[in-house]
This record gives sequence, C-alpha cells and structure tokens, in this order.
Amino acid sequence: MIKAFNVKCLMFSAILLYTLHFTHYTSFAQQVSSTELINNTRLYDGKTVVYAGEVIGDVMVRGKNLWVNLSDNKNAIGIWADISFAKEISYKGSYKYKGDWFEITGIFHRACSEHNGDLDIHALTWRKIRQGGIVQEKPDIEKKNRALILLGVLCLVLILRPYRRL
Amino acid sequence: MILKPSIEDLKNLGYYLSKVIIGLSLTMVLPVVFAITRMEFNPALDFIIAMEIGLISGFFLKKLCLTEKDLNWMQGMIVVSISWLLAMVLGAIPLYLSGHWGSFLDACFDAMSGFSTTGLTLVKDLDHLSYAHNLWRHLIMFIGGQGIVIIALSLFIKGFAGALKMYVGEARDERILPNVISTARFIWLVSIVYLALGTLTLGVIGILNGMSVFNAFFHGACIFMAAFDTGGFSPQSQNILYYHSLAYEVVTIVIMLLGTINFTLHYNLWSGNRRQILKDIEIRTFFITVFITFVIVAFGLLKSKAYPGAISIFRKGFYQLISGHTGTGYMTIYAPQFIQDWGFFSLFGLICAMALGGGVCSTTGGIKMLRIGIIFKALKQDLKRIILPERAVVFEKFYHIKEIFLQDSQVRSAFIITLSYILLYGIGAIIGMFFGYPFLESLFESTSASANVGLSCGITAIGMPTALKITYILQMWAGRLEFMSVFTLIGFAVAAIKGK
Repeated sequence: MIKAFNVKCLMFSAILLYTLHFTHYTSFAQQVSSTELINNTRLYDGKTVVYAGEVIGDVMVRGKNLWVNLSDNKNAIGIWADISFAKEISYKGSYKYKGDWFEITGIFHRACSEHNGDLDIHALTWRKIRQGGIVQEKPDIEKKNRALILLGVLCLVLILRPYRRL
Repeated sequence: MILKPSIEDLKNLGYYLSKVIIGLSLTMVLPVVFAITRMEFNPALDFIIAMEIGLISGFFLKKLCLTEKDLNWMQGMIVVSISWLLAMVLGAIPLYLSGHWGSFLDACFDAMSGFSTTGLTLVKDLDHLSYAHNLWRHLIMFIGGQGIVIIALSLFIKGFAGALKMYVGEARDERILPNVISTARFIWLVSIVYLALGTLTLGVIGILNGMSVFNAFFHGACIFMAAFDTGGFSPQSQNILYYHSLAYEVVTIVIMLLGTINFTLHYNLWSGNRRQILKDIEIRTFFITVFITFVIVAFGLLKSKAYPGAISIFRKGFYQLISGHTGTGYMTIYAPQFIQDWGFFSLFGLICAMALGGGVCSTTGGIKMLRIGIIFKALKQDLKRIILPERAVVFEKFYHIKEIFLQDSQVRSAFIITLSYILLYGIGAIIGMFFGYPFLESLFESTSASANVGLSCGITAIGMPTALKITYILQMWAGRLEFMSVFTLIGFAVAAIKGK
C-alpha cells in the first residue's frame, strides 16, 4: 500500500517537474508582438515564441536555410528558417504587393550566437494565416488635376516679364 | 547702429535663393522618370506637383528679384541658411503627398533629416513605400551631403564671385582646386565615381545574399548614397539588419569611412599622394578617437553581457560605433536595445563618438577631427610652455593638407565651434528631459540630431511631442551648417526688426 503510494507520488512529481520544465521553455504559446519582443529582449531570450507578420522585401536563401523578414505593422523581425519555407511564400510585401502573413513558432534570440549577435527568431514551424496579393494602384484624379492646374500657373509665370523699376 | 536691410539686399537674396530653388526642383526629374519606368504613377504625380510648386516659386522669385549684383559675405551666408529651410519644405512635399507621413511637419522632419544627412525618420510603413519615394529619400541625402548650394554652384549657376561665399556658408571652407566651381565639380566627380563602384559592389553582394537583381542594385544605390554621405536612411524599416549579411556590413563600413574623409584628402588619394593621408592630423585623430571610444563601448558591452562572444561584441559594437563616429546612423540593432542591452559605458562611448564626428569638408557632422586635433595641439603647446624655460620659443605645428604652424586664431575658432556644438547637444538634451525623457536617452538623441548622425535610442517616433520634432529639425539644420550661417541669419533678422 505504502509502496504503491510512493510510486504514485514519484509519478506525480515527475509529471509536475516535466510540466514546469516544459512551461519554462514554451511559456509564450500565445502570439507575441514585435514591440513586446523588442522591448523585453531578456525576458524572451531563448524562449519559444509565437510571432505573426507579413513577409516584406526579399526572401534571402543562404544554403539550406533562408532569411525572411516578417513585419507585424510595427517592426519587422528576421526569421531564420529551413529553405522549404520559401515554397509557401506567394507574395512578398512591397509598394505593389501585400505580402503573405505567416504565424511562426520558433526560438527567440536577443543576441543570436549563430548570427553574431542578431536579434532573430529561429523558426520551428510556420503556417500561412493570410494570403497576400497585388495592390491595385488607383489613379488619383485629384492629384492629376492639381498637377495640370500647377502646370498652367507655371506656364503663366514663365511668360511673365521680369519686374523692372521704371 | 544696426542698419536695416535695404530692398536691394532682399532682392539680392531672393535672386540667388530662386536659383537654388529652381536647381533643387529640377533634381525631382530623376524620381519622376524613375516612377514612370516602375509604373508608379501616383508617386510620379507627387513629384510632378512638388516640382511645379518649386519651379513656380523659383521663377516668380527670380523675375521679382532680378539683379546683376553679386553677393557679399553676409548675404552669401543668409542665402545658404534660408536655402536649407526652403529645401526642407520643397523636399517634404512629395513625401507628404505619398501618405506615409502623419503630418507635413513629419515630412519636413524627414526632409531636413535627409538633406542634413542625419537619418532620423518619422515615416510610417516604410516597407510599403514606393521605389520613387525611396529613391528621393536617399537622393536628398546625396544632394545634402554634397551641399545643396554646391548643386546650384556646379550645375545650374555659371561662375560668379559670390559662389565662394555660399560655399563657405555650407560649412566648406577648404578649396580643393583654385576655383570654387571646379572644387564643387570635383566633389561631384568623386561622389559619382564612388557611387558607381559602391552600387556595383553592394549590388553583387545583394545578389549573392539572395536578393532579386533589381532590388539588389536599387538597395545598393540607396545604401551607398546614404552611407557615403553619412546619412543613414535605408529602404527597409530594419535598416542594415534587414540584409543579415556580414559582407554588407563590411562594405558599408568602408563606404562610411570614405564618406568621413575630407574631400581634399580624396583629391590626394586620387592624385597618388597617399602618404599625405596618413600624415594628416584629421586621419590620425580619427584613428585615436575610434580606438578610445571603441574600448569604452567594448568594455560597456562586456560589463552588461550584451552579446554572447567577442565576435558578436566586435560586430555589433564596432559597427554601431563607426556608424556613430562617421555620423551615418546605420544600425544593426533595434533602437530600444541601446537602452536595454548596451548599458551606461557603451552608450557614453557612443555618444562621445557621435559628438566628435568626422573630417571637415566631408559629409559628416559633429565637432570634427581637425578641431579636436587643433585643441589637443594647443593643450600640448600650453603644457610645453609650462614645462620648458621661459625663454624657450614654443611652437606647435600640424599637418593638414600642408604643414601648418598652430596659431591662436585657429585655436579660438576650433574652441568656438566646439563650444557651440556642446551647447547644442546640451540644449536638446534639456528639452528632451523637459518632455519627460531620461537624461541619457535625451542626450543620446540630441547628440545624434545635432551631429547629424541618425542613431536613435527610441525617442524619435511618430508620437513624440511636436516641440521636440521642431527642436530636432533646428538642431539638424544648425549642426549641418556649423552655426556661422545660422548666426548670420539671426543677426539679419535682428537687423530687420531693430535696424534703422
């Protein structure tokens, strides 16, 4: 009876310890913003975090990995991921494109030892949460009209005679 | 008795200001053409509108103030100081029309930051800004770095005696070639040759880093313009961290260093007199101050355990230091990290580096190496006077372009400008503290703005107080012009009000 109780205690302690250990490393299962990460670098350093953002600029392949910068509209953070990530990216954010939004689960580094002190996230998993697309530039009629009126004024000024004192 | 400026004085100012406005407006042809080739039609309209406003104002002013008189010294200085304010307003128009700046003041802040090669920014959603507007942001750094008036001197104005007065007014008191116009053209030649080489190098690195060919060369050109002119703008919000590339960082360090060298030394470099460069007081002082400030920064980083190893400390510490010392403002860390991770010593070292600046007659801001060198030579001379017998003839000489004997007038001039800069750094810091920012952060941002650096510890943001935005604009302006033109303008304004 006592022996069975001891085994149960031991098992409970082991589960508790494992849970505590596990939560220590993955205590930020909810999405964290870039501002929160950048303003609390030491708190999140080495922890697994969930971060979501838009792919902006270039996807830069480096050997079997790649760098992609994800912006959550406040800041952009560099994500170091496996090259297979590239296949899932359809749109990269720029003036003419809204980039795809991805949710990344990965390890946050305040000063990454692999990348000489860069603040980055090493992605473990990722999933697309929003598809990007082309931004249609609508012609701005008001600007066009302003430009035409100003052109007229410019022509008038050019044909004006220089001021001379009589 | 103070004399009130006459109508003729005002006409003279207006006439030469009109030339600068017209010259600056015409530079907008470049982003217009670029926008059209990139099929960015709304951004093209932003530049067309701004160009038209500039040309209308410029031609109207020119016709209103038509004169054949040349500028005197005071007028030359005033034309320069007003030119920079007008350039700010004109340069801000296309930025504001893009919708990426919260207010016209924010656009003016970025335009002044660009022209003065500072690099502090209030842009919203930079990662979605058009290529044309991005080109303009970097082009104004290139224009401002060479000197707005130099553009007018070298491209749009035929030789006139007042050229020298305007050239000096832009904090350029050294003539590389006998003629000011030739000097201005030489500065442009140097810059354009380096632009081609720098863009090519950065473009190739960008391609090897995995960027698309167009982006690699576009970013290469933008980054070169901002690095060589010690500006600090970047096409992406992460600044240089966007590239995640050691090679990119190394090349930008080289470009920043080239940008901090006096154009006269570039002339020596080009004409094969390489030995003179190592003898020059500015280069020697620069090496010493870089070494000392880096030791302080590295010690601080070690103490605060900011980075995991020596390589990281060197890569992050040295990059930020060179960026600050040369007045560029490129960053490979996020702004809040300066406060959170760097610690007091590192920030102190970096603030000192920013305050000191680079070479005179270069594109950097700050006190500048020649003045620091002269002050130390004067100190050495005074110490010698104390130590040596009274009858001993004590003299000190230094090498700057040629062998020069230290004179009291040089020391006085160096001290006045140094004191002016220290006051400017201090006033900005006090105003920052008035708005509730801590002392160290306020001093950091104020020094960065006044020395035209552009590193930020986070104070510069869209939501910062309007009065602080105006303070930083004025600091960037006064710091870039090295005070004399600004003092002359203040004197002129006083004369206009109180004069008889």
